[in-house]
Formats: sequence, structure tokens, C-alpha cells
Amino acid sequence: MSTQLMTANHAAGLAATLAGRANRRGRGFGSGVYPITPQTECIEFLCKQDIEKGHVVRVESEHSAMAVCIGFSMAGLRAYTASSSNGLAYMTENVFAAGFYRLPIVMMAVNRTMGPPWNIWVDHGDTLMLRDAGWIQLYCEDNQDLMDLSLMCFRVAEDPRILVPAMLGQDAFVLSHTIMQIEVPDQAQVDRFLPPLDLPHRLTDQPRTVGGLDFPHEIEQHREHHAAAMNRVFEVYAEAQDAFEAVFGRRPADPVVPYRLDDAELALVSMGTTASTARAAVDEARRKGIRAGSLRVNLFRPFPERQLAAQLAGIERVAILDRDLSPGMGGILWGESRALAPRDALVQNYMLGLGGGDVRPEHLVAVIDDLAGLERAGAPIIQEVA
Amino acid sequence: MNEPALGGIAQRAQDRPEPILRPGNTNCGGCGMSIGWQFLSRAVAHEPIQIVIPACCGIVTAGPYPYSAYGAPILASTFASAAAMATGLSQAARLNGEATRVLCWAGDGGTYDIGMATLSAAAERNENILYICYDNEIYGNTGGQRSSATPLGAVTTTTPIGKEVGKKDIVGIMAAHGIAYAASLSLAHPDDAMRKFRHCLDLEGFRFLHILSPCPTGWKSEPADGVQLLRLAVSSGLYPVIEVFDGERTVINVEPSFSYEDLATYFAAQARFKRERYSLEAVAARIQRNWRRLRVQAAASAALAEPLPEPAGAPLAV
Ligand SMILES: Cc1ncc(C[n+]2csc(CCOP(=O)(O)OP(=O)(O)O)c2C)c(N)n1
Ligand code: SF4
Ligand SMILES: [Mg+2]
Repeated sequence: MSTQLMTANHAAGLAATLAGRANRRGRGFGSGVYPITPQTECIEFLCKQDIEKGHVVRVESEHSAMAVCIGFSMAGLRAYTASSSNGLAYMTENVFAAGFYRLPIVMMAVNRTMGPPWNIWVDHGDTLMLRDAGWIQLYCEDNQDLMDLSLMCFRVAEDPRILVPAMLGQDAFVLSHTIMQIEVPDQAQVDRFLPPLDLPHRLTDQPRTVGGLDFPHEIEQHREHHAAAMNRVFEVYAEAQDAFEAVFGRRPADPVVPYRLDDAELALVSMGTTASTARAAVDEARRKGIRAGSLRVNLFRPFPERQLAAQLAGIERVAILDRDLSPGMGGILWGESRALAPRDALVQNYMLGLGGGDVRPEHLVAVIDDLAGLERAGAPIIQEVA
Repeated sequence: MNEPALGGIAQRAQDRPEPILRPGNTNCGGCGMSIGWQFLSRAVAHEPIQIVIPACCGIVTAGPYPYSAYGAPILASTFASAAAMATGLSQAARLNGEATRVLCWAGDGGTYDIGMATLSAAAERNENILYICYDNEIYGNTGGQRSSATPLGAVTTTTPIGKEVGKKDIVGIMAAHGIAYAASLSLAHPDDAMRKFRHCLDLEGFRFLHILSPCPTGWKSEPADGVQLLRLAVSSGLYPVIEVFDGERTVINVEPSFSYEDLATYFAAQARFKRERYSLEAVAARIQRNWRRLRVQAAASAALAEPLPEPAGAPLAV
């Protein structure tokens, strides 16, 4: 273990490299990569690494990047890729395919605004578009998360009780290009945390067709198995947190992360880096005597419904902070979680930082003030911060 | 003239005990693709293989889960991704020291159209893949729409008055990538076809085979006529049977007679060609142009064998 300064992109690339090397004792590591701002440094890093029993294919598109990972993973190798915004949109068909083939591929996704018009800054709408693709989804708050949650993704996705792919979101530039101090594990530690992948349904030389035709009855069963595997993630994730702590001496973030919620009357619910800004705003509000708290949603798929409801019990006013907009509906996090607040609670949706607008503590203090004064919840609000 | 089939030998000791495409598959009667599989089965014999098949008739024929009409491991890929998924499988075999040969078996839609960028990229990277395109000149699986392999004049559900442009030169396109081997083969010329299958199964790097594949359903022809139609396509010069080595050496494998009568019979036997919608003269003129080009290429290939003169003067200083 060592302490190093690095960007989130490098932390992700390094985590993938360590995980890839750890499978030299198994069938090896494979990746298909295609560049897009702000993910490029991650895959450039990966392309420079020397990975024993590993290979990185420089493909012609994101669609093929995921397809190559599917090929590697189907052959029983540990597989990894990274993308962002329009790259994810272009990749989408094969993102679903990876989910339905039940392959434990890991993908880092830098959250960036979908275009055109072109905008390279943070917005969660790109990965949220993929929430129904049958992948585990996690959203990072700092660079350490890129290291720790990447390794967690491999561990949980590859668990024989799970076998679904995992996607790790991180905020464009706020994390991707920002240098922070992080703890970097040794290869020997990663080897201990990530046993060699043994994919039970890998393609061998046995005659069989993978991904052929399913009639309704088979689809019903396959979807049911998929959903059941997703529901087991909570348990397997918790076990993996314990194992992680035993090996690395730190505990990766819980599915939902509360802050000063115990005696709170009012809560800010958010994902990604907005959660750390929310903590600063909560402290500020508390200084003014407002009993505020914050709740970060780290795991978005499977959706931690029970954990959210338990944390929000007793809260009277909830602001759900989205960095995304589903036009004609509102914030996606709001849409999914508004029913989880107590029945009498006032739940208001605020969308802040769309297109990468810089969300600062004062913006969230203003949200708290607004929320505290509301008589009833209104339509979702797009709060301009830029 | 008909070729004697594989020297008259029907089954040999080294053949697979069962074909890759087994009985019980759902291909239409008279489907050319089915014949193609029988050739491939023989050529592959007992070698370990994995096959990627994108969306097309070739994957529907496998039947529903958990059955498989294929006696080989098959990965059913998304429509555009055969060559990329095969890349992963093939690189995985290399990393693990396995002798598995990775093949793609794709229709013209998955090859000429939606899969083109992926295919081109895999060829450019020279992945160790044998890519086989069975070309029925139509989107068969979705009920018969045009593709960029549909020939001039053919009526499809999306070209109701007949297609107004011709098809792409797929062997030329693939050969231009400089791959080790790109060839077209005729299922009506079994010795040449089997030689090609065997030759490219043994090569390393990216290899491409194009198979014109009669489709009675799409061509509106008699199921029993497929092989005869292929003979006509070859003899008339409409379908050149050639091979290109390393993107530079072109060899013509079957000399056509350029029979106008054969061409007329080929068109008349398929109801997709409506007499009032095509001009045989125009088709014949295209055949002429195509063959002039092919002959120039083949002749130039012979010249390639001759050594170049020594470069004159001193090397350029840089
Ligand atoms: C992305 C995508 N677009 C469209 C389709 C629908 N589709 C399935 S097969 C097919 C045509 C296949 O044509 P071809 O490759 O020539 O094979 P054939 O069916 O003729 O054997 C189409 C359009 C699909 N499966 N995926
Ligand atoms: S539609 Fe054509 S290509 Fe498809 S199975 Fe039938 S004959 Fe074969
Ligand atoms: Mg076709």
C-alpha cells in the first residue's frame, strides 16, 4: 500500500491494471478501448501498462469496445472498458447484450452531458440512460472511490451468485481530471481480494448456442434469474466490504451514505460529487440552526430502496438533487426515490449542475432555505448555478 | 459443365461425425447457406472451433433456447458486432495457448452494411479470425429488404420497383485491407470451394470468404434450383470466383464462358427480377467492365512476381 497523487482517470486505469494482473492466475485480462473526453486518460494509461496474460484491443468504436469485452468475458477472461456520454449512447446495444449474457464486465463511465450541442462537463444523464441494461451501477464521490469501488465492482460482479456487469460512474472533470491523494494497494493485496475468475457459462468447445432465441417463457425465466441476482447484490456487496476491509484496512462506501441524518428534519439526497458539496451545505445550515442532513446514493442499481426508506424515516422535508433531466418527467433520482420518503414528508426535486454547472455549497444552502420555506412540493425545479 | 463433387468421395474418416449444422434446423428448403455449412463442416473436420453468428437467418436456424441446431459452440452476437466479439474470443484463445479457431458466419447485411466498420477494423488489426459471409443478397431474416449486396434490378420489399444501384465489391474491399486471404467461392464448384475453406482455415491472421448463397425465399426461385443458379452466375461472369492473396495477388479460379444465354436463364429463373425492370444488356456491360478490371489485376499480379529494378542513385538524406 502506498499513498499517491493521481487523477480519478488514472486511479481507474490503475485499478483495472491491478485487477487485470490479478487474473494472470486465471484466464487473463482483456479490454477493448475507444477514446472520448473526459475518459481518455484512463484508457491511455491502460494502453501503456504491461499486463501479464492481458491484451488491450484498440477498436474503432465504443460499440466494438463493448463487443470485444463481451468476447473476452465470454471466453472466461476478466474484462474492462471505459467510456462517457455519446460513447455510452453509441455502445448501448452491446451494454444491454453484456447484461443479458450475464458477463461480469466492469466499465468506468465518466458522467458527461449528452450532445449535441457538445458539452464535455458533468451530467448523470448518460449512465442513467443505461440504468435498465441489467448492470450494477455505482457513483463515485472522490478519487479513492475510483480505486476502491473499481475493485469492489470486479469482486461483486464476478461472484458466482451475481454474474452481472458493473458500471462505475464518476463526475467529469470534477473528479476525472482532478488530482487527489489516494491509497494505492499492492498487487499482492489485490491478488488476495480478487480470486481468479471462474465463469461457469464460458464458451468452451462444447456445442451450444449462447444468446440465440428465447421465447416468452424463456425470457420470463432469464429475466427472473437476472432480477434475483441483482437482489443478491446487497448481501454480496456487504460481504465484499468486509473482505475489502480485511485486506486493505479501509471500508468502501455503503450503498447509501448518510450524513448528520439522525436528528435531521430536512435532507438532501444526491449522487456523485454533489454529495460532498451537500455535506458542506448541511454544516452551514446547522450553524444557522436548521436541522439538515444529507444522503448520498452510491449504489443506484440495484436500487437500495429499503436502505433509502430506512434512512429517510422521520424526515419531514426532502430535497432530491438531480444532475440529470428526463425532459417531460424531471430528475431521474427524484423519480425513483420520491416515494421512499415518509408519507407526510414534503419532497421537492431540484436539478442543479446540468451541463457541468459548478454546484457550490452556497447553492445548496439556498436549496435548504427554499425547501424549509415551502408550503407544498411543486414541479421539479431547474436551479441555475452557472 | 458440372464439376465432379469432391472427387466422388462422400464421407471420409477425418470428417466430423456430425455436421456443424445438424438436422432439425429451421432453414428454408433449398437454402444455400445450409450447403455452405456442410462444406465448412468437412473442411473443419475435428479442429476445435468457436463461431460467432450475428443476427441473420444463420442464427435463427439454431432454434430456441436451450436447443441448438449447431454441433459447435456458437456465440450469437448483436447484428454489427460479429468481428469484434470474435476478436475477444480469438485473443482469449491466444493468451491461453489454445488452438481454437474463431470464425464468423454472417449474412450480407451483417457484413456489407451494419457490420462494415467493425469488420474493417478487425481486418485492419489483422485479428486471427476467419470471416465467412454467406450472401443471399437480401435481409432474409427480416423478410426480404434490400441490402448493399442486393443486385441491380432486384425487387425486394423496400425496392418495390427494383434496386437502382448495383452491389458493392466486397472481396475487393476486404482485399484492400491487405489481409492474408480474401476469396469468393461457388457452392456449385465443390473442389475449388473445399480447397479454399481448407486453405484459409490453416492461415494465420484475418481471412475473408464470400459465398453467394441462393435463397429461394428471397430470390423467388425454385428450392431445387440453387446449385444450377450458381453455375449460371459463374458461367455468365456475373459472380467471379477469385482469390486475392495478401491484398495484392489476384488469381481467377474459374473462367466463365460469358454466355448471354446463361445470364438470361439466371434472371428468368428468379421472380425477384421483373423482365420490365432490368436490362440484360446493361448487366452484360457491367460484367464486361468488371472482368476487364479483374484481368488487369490478375495480370498485374503476375508482374508482381518480377523483381523491381534496383533504385538508382544514392539514398535520400533525411
Ligand atoms: C441493430 C439491429 N438492427 C436491426 C436488426 C434487425 N435485423 C435482424 S437480422 C437483419 C437482416 C439480416 O440480413 P443478413 O445479414 O443479410 O442475413 P440474412 O437474414 O439474410 O441471413 C435485420 C435487419 C437487428 N437485429 N439489430
Ligand atoms: S430466407 Fe433465404 S437465407 Fe434465410 S433460411 Fe430461407 S432460404 Fe435461407
Ligand atoms: Mg442476407
